[in-house]
Amino acid sequence: MSLLTVRDLTVTFPTPRGPLDAVRSLDLDLEAGGALGIVGESGSGKSMTSLAIMGLQPRAARRTGSVRLQDQELVGMSEAELRRVRGDRVAMVFQDPLSSLNPYYTVGLQIEEAYRAHRPGTTRRVARRVAIEALERVHIRDADRRVDHYPHQFSGGMRQRVIIAMALSTEPELLIADEPTTALDVTVQAQILDLLQEIRRETGTGLVLITHDLAVVSEVTDHIVVMKDGVCVERGPVEQIFTDPRHAYTRALLDAVPRIDDEIGELRAVTADGADAASSRTVPETNGGPA
Amino acid sequence: MPRFLLTRVTSGVGVLLLVCLFTFLVFFALSPDPAVQICGKNCTPEVIDQIRGNLGLDQPFWAQFFHFAVGIFAGRTYGAGAGAIECAAPCLGYSFQSSQAVWDMIVQRLPVSATIAVGAAVLWLLAGLAGGLLSAVKEGTFLDRFTTGLTLTSMSIPNYVLALVLQYVLVVKLQWLPFPQAVAFADDPGRWFANFVMPWIVLAVGYAAAYTRLTRANVLDVLHENYVRTAYAKGLPQALVWRRHALRPALTPVVTIFGMDFAGLLGGALITETVFGINGVGKMAADSIARNDQPVIMGVTLLAGFLVVVGNIVVDVVYTAIDPRVRVNA
Repeated sequence: MSLLTVRDLTVTFPTPRGPLDAVRSLDLDLEAGGALGIVGESGSGKSMTSLAIMGLQPRAARRTGSVRLQDQELVGMSEAELRRVRGDRVAMVFQDPLSSLNPYYTVGLQIEEAYRAHRPGTTRRVARRVAIEALERVHIRDADRRVDHYPHQFSGGMRQRVIIAMALSTEPELLIADEPTTALDVTVQAQILDLLQEIRRETGTGLVLITHDLAVVSEVTDHIVVMKDGVCVERGPVEQIFTDPRHAYTRALLDAVPRIDDEIGELRAVTADGADAASSRTVPETNGGPA
Repeated sequence: MPRFLLTRVTSGVGVLLLVCLFTFLVFFALSPDPAVQICGKNCTPEVIDQIRGNLGLDQPFWAQFFHFAVGIFAGRTYGAGAGAIECAAPCLGYSFQSSQAVWDMIVQRLPVSATIAVGAAVLWLLAGLAGGLLSAVKEGTFLDRFTTGLTLTSMSIPNYVLALVLQYVLVVKLQWLPFPQAVAFADDPGRWFANFVMPWIVLAVGYAAAYTRLTRANVLDVLHENYVRTAYAKGLPQALVWRRHALRPALTPVVTIFGMDFAGLLGGALITETVFGINGVGKMAADSIARNDQPVIMGVTLLAGFLVVVGNIVVDVVYTAIDPRVRVNA
């Protein structure tokens, strides 16, 4: 059965020059336990998509179309009903672990409140137990001590682990990760990706991974949706997109990934129409540069 | 005592010493000879010299400053023999015009100034926080714009104008309030309250406007923080998001400003007290300036400096309680 079915999702902002679609007629499909990557450059509408799935789009924006979680329609739900879905059935991991945790409260309290929001009547003791277990699951050592620490006492990678722990504490069916590794350095990125993989294997949580980094999607997801200017330009299994990109924009994105075995050349720009502007100006390796 | 508190207190004492030195320097250089003022009608140059000797005014600057500073902690005696004047510690100087130690003059009037400060502070905190929160919740609506307009207007009305207008309207025209008269709280609480209502309002209006804007701006800033989005994404109810995740970070800076404002006001509201004829530290300062009673002016200046330094230390301590990032392990 399908876990997430998005049909014709459109997010519209009113602007002085008329309505602007940040996301237009987007379709997404995710099987239970599957992993879907949404790829695109900044401003392509991928983050707005993730917010719109949860009904967290900015107040000024209008969301139309259909977002079905299992057999429940999320578009048109009341705020109170949406609140019961958020954090419980669909959880989110955001880009910047530094600013996504409230500096004024211990990580324990922030995990506890996520859990207790959906389990009314849970005592603090039980919630604390859940928080410690959640921290252990993301491999934070000394979890029973760390649970009382404040966000500033954690490193960037550890904070992202805390946020993932928080998201998983309610055992959601779907985890939406919006650029979860962008703010982290490369070795920590790999650890967080491994962690996401491990969680998927163990809990069967569905994953929507949003990123501009093709290397990240190829590692974690099995299907990819490529977005540009709010619309989907290409979709398919990871291998197909990587070996046989149909759309010029996808090819340009793939070409923009620096490769260690490639010849030295100018970094290629991804142009508006998807054509590869820099390809004709590649500087040969033997060239000594301007004399 | 935590180490950070010790360093704050030490540096506070240092600041006060500098304030002391600077104030003393200004009055040493600028003010007319107090000996002439004391001397009175039947004055001869010999008598003046004698007074100067008694008061130590013939000594060099550093010696005079030293006596003054020591006097604060140990007290001092002006003159010698039968006419000697005792000034007990803490001796902030002696007003020869009022024949009273400056410390005693301040202590007599401080409760009045404190009453004004506390009452005004309660008013402006309530009005400022409520106005700011309301404005932030209703961002962009008519109510928000109305509040913003009102704060701008309030901030641009000078204290003394508001005081005179209120007095004219409420006392003279409408006669809602009695003409101010010194009454002890115990004797007639109603009358006592009526006396202070106008000064409270006059002082509170400007502060309330500033606090409204500060609160509104802070709350709106914090509502755009990522951790507020995280809170919504966790499915927390709106009320809890606001109360727990938005208000505490938003109101922390207000605590800082409030500590300073309140401490500054404790040392007397010069204009308001003068306009309403309330015998507090502020009015005493104004009167002393008019009479050129320099020991009193110096004493009030030092008191104001002391209150601001203490206010700052209190704010620092409160901060460690409300913001975990500044909590110091000691």
